Amino acid sequence: MAGTKKAIFDKRKKLLLFTFVLYLRQHKRMINKMSHVSIYVLDQDSAYDFYVNKLGFKVATDAAMGPGMRWLTVTPPDQPDLEITLMPIKSGMMFTEESAEQMKNLVKKGTFGFGVFKCNDIYATYEELKAKGVEFSKAPKKEFYGIEALFKDDSGNWFSLGQKEEGEN
Amino acid sequence: MAADEYPKVYLYRRIVHAKLFIDNHYDGAIDLDNIADEALFSKFHFIRLFKRIYGLTPHQYLIHVRIEKAMQLLRNGMPVSDTCFAVGFESLSSFSSLFKRTAGISPTDFTAYHQKIKALVTQKPLGFVPGCFAKANGWH
Repeated sequence: MAGTKKAIFDKRKKLLLFTFVLYLRQHKRMINKMSHVSIYVLDQDSAYDFYVNKLGFKVATDAAMGPGMRWLTVTPPDQPDLEITLMPIKSGMMFTEESAEQMKNLVKKGTFGFGVFKCNDIYATYEELKAKGVEFSKAPKKEFYGIEALFKDDSGNWFSLGQKEEGEN
Repeated sequence: MAADEYPKVYLYRRIVHAKLFIDNHYDGAIDLDNIADEALFSKFHFIRLFKRIYGLTPHQYLIHVRIEKAMQLLRNGMPVSDTCFAVGFESLSSFSSLFKRTAGISPTDFTAYHQKIKALVTQKPLGFVPGCFAKANGWH
């Protein structure tokens, strides 16, 4: 009788431990999302026009941080919890005069590719952005990994443009 | 593959042209029949293609653009009735109900909420900047 009770107790203990481990797996992951990502731009006003008026992104925060300083973030329309910081390249706390100048030149030359944007229809998006004056270095082309186009922002940063696959969020 | 070799480029251009027309003239009395004519399509063919590309009919898209623009104006503090007419609606009640259906909140509450956020951004901007960036920029 005592043995049966112990077996039931052990079984319940195991079940409890299993539930606890499941809880930890679901709720205690170390990193669960990205909230901010930075793009270095040459001019924030011009970048605002490019990302908001041409690409159609939403302004998340536009805050004056003191003389000549501005915190400007935008989000892709379907991804409001990822803020893209349009970071001006200025000498100060983050750059020396020399490194700011070097960084500006690298950005202008198109050294940096900052990521991949997705759209529902790449041909329509390509036509629309082209009509708005966005510079493409590659028209939509079928590659083994999907259809892709490449474009530059107003500073010189380049991005890949891809089309969402069926069922992709 | 050259830039213009993708499927049915002329169709895409016409539909995109019509979409941009709506984007630029949303505040006027847009006649969707005219847009279809301008895009050289029959009305039904035009609606079908537009929906296939943008997921909305041209009329639904026009409403969407007007509501989006209204949100922008309300965020900037424009009064609700002025906003309604500025984005091309002719009736305040239909504007309010369409706005609420889209945004999940009435235009008045939307304005109040965003004015509150705007005041917070002005008064305490550091609350909207991750600490590491604030520190790196010397903002305290």
